[in-house]
Amino acid sequence: MNPVKPRSGRREAQAALRFGMRNTALPEVACDQDRRRFLGIAGAVTLALAPGISLIAYAQRDAPKSDAASAMRRWGLLIDTTKCKPSCTACVTACSSVNGWQNEGRPTDPQWIRKVQVSDPRTGFSRSVPVMCQHCANAPCVEVCPTGASFKRADGIVLVDRHICIGCRFCMMACPYKARSFVSEDLSGQKPWAPRGKGTVEGCTLCVPRVDAGTAPACVEACARKGNGAMTFGDLNDPASAIRRALAHHPAVQLRADLMLDTGVRYEGL
Amino acid sequence: MSVIHYREIEGDSVGFWALVALLAAFVAAGLTAAWFMEHFGHIITGMTNQVVWGLPHVFAVFLIVAASGALNVASIASVFGKVAYKPLARLSGLLAVALLIGGLAILVLDLGRPDRLVVAMTHYNFQSIFAWNIFLYTGFTAVTGFYLWVMMERRLNGYSRMVGTAAFLWRLILTTGTGSIFGFLVARQPYDEAIMAPMFIVMSFALGLAIFLLVLMVTCKGTGRPLGNATLMRLKNLLGVFAAGVLYFLLAFHITKLYEAEFRGAEAFLLLNGGIYTLLFWCGAVFLGGVLPMLLFWLPQTRRSRAAVGWGSASVVVGGLALMYDIIIGGQAWPLSIFPGMHVSSSFYDGVVNFYAPSLPECALGLGGCALAVLLILLALKLLPFLPESLVDEPVESHSAVAGTARVPEAT
Repeated sequence: MNPVKPRSGRREAQAALRFGMRNTALPEVACDQDRRRFLGIAGAVTLALAPGISLIAYAQRDAPKSDAASAMRRWGLLIDTTKCKPSCTACVTACSSVNGWQNEGRPTDPQWIRKVQVSDPRTGFSRSVPVMCQHCANAPCVEVCPTGASFKRADGIVLVDRHICIGCRFCMMACPYKARSFVSEDLSGQKPWAPRGKGTVEGCTLCVPRVDAGTAPACVEACARKGNGAMTFGDLNDPASAIRRALAHHPAVQLRADLMLDTGVRYEGL
Repeated sequence: MSVIHYREIEGDSVGFWALVALLAAFVAAGLTAAWFMEHFGHIITGMTNQVVWGLPHVFAVFLIVAASGALNVASIASVFGKVAYKPLARLSGLLAVALLIGGLAILVLDLGRPDRLVVAMTHYNFQSIFAWNIFLYTGFTAVTGFYLWVMMERRLNGYSRMVGTAAFLWRLILTTGTGSIFGFLVARQPYDEAIMAPMFIVMSFALGLAIFLLVLMVTCKGTGRPLGNATLMRLKNLLGVFAAGVLYFLLAFHITKLYEAEFRGAEAFLLLNGGIYTLLFWCGAVFLGGVLPMLLFWLPQTRRSRAAVGWGSASVVVGGLALMYDIIIGGQAWPLSIFPGMHVSSSFYDGVVNFYAPSLPECALGLGGCALAVLLILLALKLLPFLPESLVDEPVESHSAVAGTARVPEAT
């Protein structure tokens, strides 16, 4: 007998069944029963496994194109406040749109990023400063979180694991930048890449799915496109990166530098 | 050698059951509030992204701090060997456990995700003082429960000093942890002082003893048990010293703050022009919590008055609540200093004093936790012999486990 080859069609399937299952010729009736049984089992197995296989395929399709977070990198952001105009909110709008949070002006509304108008009362010197999670190396929110829901990735991005956040808000008490928000009510329209949930704390993720996919955070992209190009994103550990070169040649400060938190976000022109 | 007869309270009067029903109603209201808060979210509370810990935290921290202080009397008896306080040691331990449970209930039900309590029990970040407190609180309940058992089981009386010492040390560490929750908040100017840990310990001494005295006096009056003046007056004097201690620590805390220019804005807000917070500090914490009790306890006209002991203790409790509100809410009302020395404004309320008004669910949850603590105390007093039949002034040299005449060696 010829070995069975992958083929399609009923006759071929019968042949595959005969040879594959028993390796001997079967009477026609027995063959039909076996075929039905085989098809039944195959159908059940397909039904059971297909969703999982589909999910795996979907996940693999959307898997990060870069490697896993590595301590070799330290993602950072340099904001040139001399270029940031008070009237421009492109970064805020982009963050809100991409991550699915809305600020309607209520004190309970979340704000992952905001524009703070800063002025010196003596001289009148003023700046408009985007403030978000500063992605500190020594993040107070990470230190105080009782469950470890607040955590820092190897590449310096500070995140909240919504699965183990118990909503104690201690991180909000500890953050010097008021960078975290608490979700106080039911939500709708969440984005799959920015999980949010009532009763948990959230904040800027530095658009981690985009970063992992090799693109810049939404605020940086929006600032370049619609704003004034005040934001530079990159690897603080890479001497050849644009952010590192800019920091090497221009004075930049950390907010509340006295706290020695080693922030990933730096400001120029303050 | 006299023998102490412990006996359960009768607890069969209409007044008793009316009180139980009233407390149960408060507990039910608290649970309902918690359900609403979980169902609708914290949007129904006065808490915001600016004031993230509200009235429930005030009650919770108040009860937790008071719980550790309520163990004072037992510690004085077991650890420091003051025999006169031994008859009151069981009640002291009971109050400590009940107040802690009441406080923890509020704290847990105020979480954004109280359904994830098991997560808090299984995921620990040991850098977090909050995580340590989870161990300290549950451990305190266990140690104090064991301590009560040792005190109530005659065969184990001999271990009461050892277990009492462990409970005493545990409570010191516990309150250090609670104070450190605020003391470690370096980003917020109204906190950020290591002295907050010992200050909370002294606050716990005062609050715990004040609540203990109130419960003791009300229970003895309600059950018709005699309560001698000597013990009461000694405890009253001690409470006066603790109230003075709180004032001393408040003085040291604020003087330290005022010495540093960085904190003067926050200090001016809390002490001079903070509206309700300034009022709560001076009228509540300082006057009701410290000055008035000391006057009542030590002025010649009132120093021997039992009513003054009761009013003074109540004043310490009210002043303590005011201080807790001032620390927790007032501390958050003052805005963060992200750009020191600059004027700031934003859509996220940067640079402005944050508004907070407690909502009905928050009040219900806070009072529900307090009611739970009192309810537990009442039921425990009815079910087990925590109180002696008599607390008349006489030398007390021995104590027995339950009602009876058995004479046992002095528990050390």
